Amino acid sequence: MNDKRLSEDEVVAQLGDGMTIGIGGWGSRRKPMSIIRAILRSDLKDLTLVAYGGADVGLLCAAGKVKRVMYAFVSLDTIALDPHFRVARQNGAIEDEPYDEGLFLLGLQAAAWRVPFLPTRVGLGSDLLRLNTRLRMVTSPYDDGEEYVAAPALELDAALCHLSRADQRGNASFLNADLYFDDLMLRAAKGNRFISAEKVVPTEKLLEEAGTELRIRINRSMVDGVVERAGAAHFTECPPDYARDEAFQREYAGSAQSPDAWTAFRSEWLDLSEEDYQGKVAAR
Amino acid sequence: MSDAVTRAEICVTAIAECFRGDGELLANPIGTIPMIGGRLARASFEHDLLTTDGEALLIANDEAFAWPNGKVVEYYNSYRSMFDVVWAGRRHVIMGASQIDRYGNQNLASIGPDYSKPKAQLLGFRGAPGNTVNNKTSYWIPNHGPRVFVEKVDVVTGVGWDSAAAAGPAATKYFELRHVVTNLCVIDYETDDHRMRLRSVHPGVTVDEVVAATGFELVVPENVPESRTPSDDELKLIREVIDPKALREKELPS
Repeated sequence: MNDKRLSEDEVVAQLGDGMTIGIGGWGSRRKPMSIIRAILRSDLKDLTLVAYGGADVGLLCAAGKVKRVMYAFVSLDTIALDPHFRVARQNGAIEDEPYDEGLFLLGLQAAAWRVPFLPTRVGLGSDLLRLNTRLRMVTSPYDDGEEYVAAPALELDAALCHLSRADQRGNASFLNADLYFDDLMLRAAKGNRFISAEKVVPTEKLLEEAGTELRIRINRSMVDGVVERAGAAHFTECPPDYARDEAFQREYAGSAQSPDAWTAFRSEWLDLSEEDYQGKVAAR
Repeated sequence: MSDAVTRAEICVTAIAECFRGDGELLANPIGTIPMIGGRLARASFEHDLLTTDGEALLIANDEAFAWPNGKVVEYYNSYRSMFDVVWAGRRHVIMGASQIDRYGNQNLASIGPDYSKPKAQLLGFRGAPGNTVNNKTSYWIPNHGPRVFVEKVDVVTGVGWDSAAAAGPAATKYFELRHVVTNLCVIDYETDDHRMRLRSVHPGVTVDEVVAATGFELVVPENVPESRTPSDDELKLIREVIDPKALREKELPS
């Protein structure tokens, strides 16, 4: 039986410069932050991010890891806009590939189903078609003959998601309100499909921990590696295990005010091992 | 009701009016005053509307923000199933706008002429392109001024009438912009080419004030009525049931 457990640093060792990486979660909710922190400690660079973005995108932009962002928003929920992402955009430091939230869903679904595109009305009449040069149109082959947007398959080199419970083989459940699009992120990736989980339990305990089979939405054929890390999503929320750490998030947002503030935040919270980070958070 | 009706309560009522006639649609107002207005529409006159709890449930409660006696759950509505609702046209959304032009083109994404290096990065496209060509859309603008109501938006995120027409039949088939409710007035598009028209001014606001606060030429009919005030029953619903903590007054102080 395949034991897929590994550390965050072992995940990052399998990633490469220039990869297109999908990140699960939504805004400042259930983000795989411990793996993001490991990327920040590494020398990875020139990444293209695909995300319903939050602090994951902001942190990677602030640390200069990002070449391109494919996104529909980058929000911290209780803080409407991620300030680090704003700084990166306003400095022209990153390439911007805009999407509609639903167009993103279709692109991930197309990649997961291994078709080149899915037709949609989404984007018609908007500036998405002007600003996202990947997007093309398709003419219906049926009697209507109308023109639709062909949502392109968003094939990923790697996918990173945080789930609530997992077993060592990669089956996993979400215990918060919404799975978001984590299953599609994992299915849209050709390989390097990694999840972190609050707790790794024996397979026999998965159902009991989830409360219902309807919450066990990731299966082991979708996952190459499992990181067990309580608090991995900090400072984003991961209910019912923990709420968002709003005070910490404000501190993170404040670190976008100047390069000095970012340097200070970085040395206090990011230039340290995940164990030390979790210890410092617990001691706050 | 002895207390004077506030501007926020006028706006809540105007938002509720956006949903009149919608029937069994998901009323999905984004923002504090819109959330209250959607609840008011259902409680007062549009009883078949559906509403969310702000996350992954559709609930039948009249309360907008807190449910001390529990939620009356009608449906599990994950983000993914929200797209099923939207793309089937079973929703009327109320969005905000950082910029909006006379045909209702909306900008949520960024400000400035160079998209690759904007003066101000804003939200991004969010769901605006898909929303506008698939379901009914209205707007809530709590800060009516010439920087919001502009000749031309820097980025078209939400599609306006002219952009939809230019994009062809797949874009116009299910397209409908309904109203724009602001802190000063209500606007519709009931003109021959769907340009914005002043529909009503809120009590205490003059037509001249609205015209001065709008950065393009608004169609102004000869007689502009006042926006309606809530009935006594509606006021009681707003103040005692839907929004007892008066969050509406924080979003739009009198």
